[in-house]
This record gives sequence, structure tokens and C-alpha cells, in this order.
Amino acid sequence: MLGEGILKGMAETAKNFFGSYVSKERLTTVEYPEERVPAAENARAFPFLVYDGPDWQAGLRCVSCQICEKECPPKCILIEKSKDKKPDYVGKPQFYPVRFDIDLSVCMSCQICVEVCPFDAIKMNTEFALATDDRFGGLLFSREKLAKSNEYYHSIHPTEAAEVDARLAEEKAKVEAKAKAAAEAAAAKAAVSASPAEGGN
Amino acid sequence: MSSGVQTKPEQLEGWNRPPVIAPEGEGELLEVAMGPHHPSTHGVFRMDVTLDGERVIGLKPVFGYLHRNHEKIAEQTSYLASMPYTDRLDYFCSLTNNWAYALAVEKLAGLDAPERAQYIRVILAELTRIQNHASAVGFLLQDMGASGTPLMYAFREREKILDLFEQLTGARMMCNFMRFGGCRVDATAGWLDGARKMVAGLPNFVDEFEALLSTNEILMARTQGVGVLKPDLAVNTGVSGPMLRASGVDYDLRKVDHYGIYDRFQFRVPLGEHGDIYDRYMVRVLEMRESIRILEQALKDVPAGPVMDPKAKSRGFRPKPGEAYGRIEAPKGELGFYLISDGTPNPYRYRVRPPSLINLTILEDMCLGHDVADVVLIFGSVDIVLGEVDR
Repeated sequence: MLGEGILKGMAETAKNFFGSYVSKERLTTVEYPEERVPAAENARAFPFLVYDGPDWQAGLRCVSCQICEKECPPKCILIEKSKDKKPDYVGKPQFYPVRFDIDLSVCMSCQICVEVCPFDAIKMNTEFALATDDRFGGLLFSREKLAKSNEYYHSIHPTEAAEVDARLAEEKAKVEAKAKAAAEAAAAKAAVSASPAEGGN
Repeated sequence: MSSGVQTKPEQLEGWNRPPVIAPEGEGELLEVAMGPHHPSTHGVFRMDVTLDGERVIGLKPVFGYLHRNHEKIAEQTSYLASMPYTDRLDYFCSLTNNWAYALAVEKLAGLDAPERAQYIRVILAELTRIQNHASAVGFLLQDMGASGTPLMYAFREREKILDLFEQLTGARMMCNFMRFGGCRVDATAGWLDGARKMVAGLPNFVDEFEALLSTNEILMARTQGVGVLKPDLAVNTGVSGPMLRASGVDYDLRKVDHYGIYDRFQFRVPLGEHGDIYDRYMVRVLEMRESIRILEQALKDVPAGPVMDPKAKSRGFRPKPGEAYGRIEAPKGELGFYLISDGTPNPYRYRVRPPSLINLTILEDMCLGHDVADVVLIFGSVDIVLGEVDR
């Protein structure tokens, strides 16, 4: 019968239309912005810099090794290395960035900077509503704007942040144990070198 | 002018172009530039169509509006830095693009992805195929005048697949997930359960989609016998993917090349008989069903283990001098990456074989003799993405 296929199709649309009143499965529209779907845990938008402790300038994990600057595919990162050094989380003196700019209008959210960073200093933010009316400087983020606390990192990517913290704590413990062993060895050596002098007396 | 005679608008220079005369002298021909802003061109693409009344007697595709210098950029950056750019080739199927590029570099560097990574790759590639075919059919129907409904049904399902992609890779479309020698992150048990649940609902969607469309008289009247592509012409012009199989040529790289672990799964390759638009539609629908079968088998037993080859390293990656060609059956056809390494961190030559571009070269032969309205449909049935055509 001519028109049978059309009627079958209409029945299908009718099923979907009336079904949307009873079944949540069929009602798929989300009324943004009143209603929002929570972001997936490892959703990514743009990078930010992680710092430990209360002061962002002192606690910035970045040691300005410039690997991310080199690896960034669209080259949206600009880093200027410091002349002096400051202690990092294990107490080792390291350089720090005097300038760390990311041009978010160039960034393509590929996450390669995060992958290559050996210090877990740069991570992906989930904030995406960054539209601005300033065409030239509005999306050029400096290190003040990029710095976010470790607590913030925990709030957006809890699983990943816990892993990173565990890894950093392990490294710190290793370094401390090594330092302690070195100190003990030095003390023992000092004691050994001191004892013949005593014997000599 | 100096005599003070008023110039009529039609006498202005360049206004009155000489009319194109039909070869047999029947009358004037009309040249129409369809695109680059025409809504049916799926992007920025122009067709210079020569018309005799409503009948097409010539068609010249003009592309390059979206050229982004992809190949030269890749020759200036490291191997890894090209991976996010491959997402932007065919932006509907970023994961299969990733896979093709990773496969080429793995061949070049002698890496091998571990078992678990292979399973994850197959799962992601087949999910990509389903969402691509669903939306390709949706867009075809949109061009046909079925405003919205089939496209929205396709996008409802695509949305669920993109949610899965987002949970695993962090992004919905620009996934940037596969790496040389494996995958970037491991899929959690929760994600696999979510995928199983989603795949269990897919046959229902395809049934619904088919009930809506396959026997629809308007669709059949508009597509059957229109835009026929003969198998010998298809083979000679290098057409691949669902376009080639709709013409009846049994050629699927998953069966021919056995790349990845496709030889472990049971699936059939649907073939068309007439090579018209309806066959292309039907082949895509049947391929969705076969993809669901592959997904069911792959999700049943994903082995435990690492997802990265221990030999692989992300920084300081320099493959030995040599060349490699990696190709996969992308949803649109054979997607290949040809790489030459000279031992430096950058490839010496980087070439993409885009299925969209090569499938598009046949457009004029399919359109000749049809109406303008059919040109839109034939073009839609090729299933292209301009990001891949122009690169």
C-alpha cells in the first residue's frame, strides 16, 4: 500500500513524542543554562598552574624547565626563567617562572603540556565559559590568573589529584630518607674521623 | 559618455557576460555557483554547476576554503604534537584519525600496542563509526527536506556516545586519546560498564531509525536509481568505504588488512547492489548493526594489563630513518598516513590520504543528467567532512 512506510514512520515519531511525557529516557533535552549536566571527571578545557600552600607565588610547582613551551603544538605558552632559585616541595633549590603566559585564544586544549610536565605543575581546568569582550588581552592569561591551589585541583579532578599527591609524597619521602641517610653517614663519618683524634689524646 | 547619454545598468562593463551556448545549440545554459555558503554543502565547499534548465550537464567542485596547512605543520613539529591536529581532520571521527596516525608511527618506530589498548581502540573506533553513520544519514535526510526529526534521533544517540568519549578521553570531539604504542589513559571498570549499558540500547535505536526511514516512500522515490556509481568506475577512481561497498565491491580494510585485532571478531561486510543513494543509506545502516555486533564481542572480555607499550616514550621520540604507511577503515573510507623519517624528531614527509577528498572526486560523474535538487542528495550521500577534504 502506498504510504504505508510513511505511516510507520509517523507512528515512530508519535511514540517518541508521547513517550517523552512518561519516560525520562526519551526526554533528552537539557534546558541550559537553568539546568546543567555535571562535567565528566576528566573533562578538560584549558590549562592552569598548580601551587601548594597558601601563597601562590611561593608554592608554584613550576620550575620553568620550558618543556611544555617546546612541546605545545600551537605554541601558546611563553615562559621567562628566573635568575635566582627558590626551594621546591622537597627543599631543593629550583628556578621559577618570572613570567608564564598562556594565550587561551590559541590554546587547543590538547593536554600535551600536562602529559610532558615532569613536575605535575600544569593541569587542565574544567572552566569553559571564558568569553570576554576584550579582544586582545582578555584571553592572554598571566601566571597570576593561571595559578590555582592544589585544593582547587582536588575539587575538579579528585581521583587524578589524589594519585599526583601520593606520587609527590612518595618522592618527597624518598628524598628525605636519602637526605637522612646521607646525614647519618656524614655523622658516622664525622664520628669515625673524630674518634682517632680522641684516641690520640 | 561624453555625449551625455545615460548609461543603462545592463550596459556596464562586465555586467553583460556572453551567454554560454549549449554545444548542440539548443539554448542558453545557466552557470550556478552552489556554495561556499549553501547550507547543503556541509561546510565551505563550492560546486560550479552548469545547468540546462533543471538538468545538470557539468559540475566542477571547488575546494580549499578550509585549507589549514596540516601536512606542512606536521613536518615542522614533533611526532606527538601532530596528534591533536589529526583530531581536526575529520572532526566527527577524531578517534579513528588518531588510530590511523598512531598505527603509521607504530609501524615506523616498531612499537606494538598491548592487548588491552587494542581492545579499547576497537571499542572506540566502532562507537565512532556508529555515531558517524547515524549523523551522516541524519544529514542526508536533512538535505532531503526531512527537517530535523531523523537528524535529531541520530544526534540523541550520538550524544550518548560523546558522553562516553568525554568520560574516557576528557573531550567530546577533539579526543586526542591514542598514543604511539597504546592509549593515553586506561578505561576504568565503571566506564566499560557504562559502555556495555549504552551498547545494549543501540539495537533498539537502529530498529527505530529503520522503522522511521527504510520503507518511507518519499525517501525511496528520491533516492532509488539516483546518483548511480558503477563498481568499475568506483574502483578505478580509488573510492573507498561505504561508497565503494554500496556499489557492490567487497573491500573492507578490517577484513583485508586485519589491522589491530579485527580478525578475532565475527562480523559481515554489507554490500549494495545498485550503487545508488538508497544503497549507500542502507549500507550505512547495516554497518551500524555490524558495529554493534563487534562492540558486543569486544566488550565481553577486555583483558587486564597495561595500555602502553613499555618501550614507548613521549619525550625525545626519534624513530629510525625509514618510511611507513598506516591505514585503517575509517567510517568514511580508507584513511592512511604516509610518513618518512630521517631520524630527527620531526617527520621528513607527512602525507594524509583522506577518504573524503578521494570519494568527492567522483561527484560530477554521479550528478550528470540529474536535477539540481538531486545534486544536493548525491553530495550528501558521499558523506564528507570539509576539514578532511581541505586539510
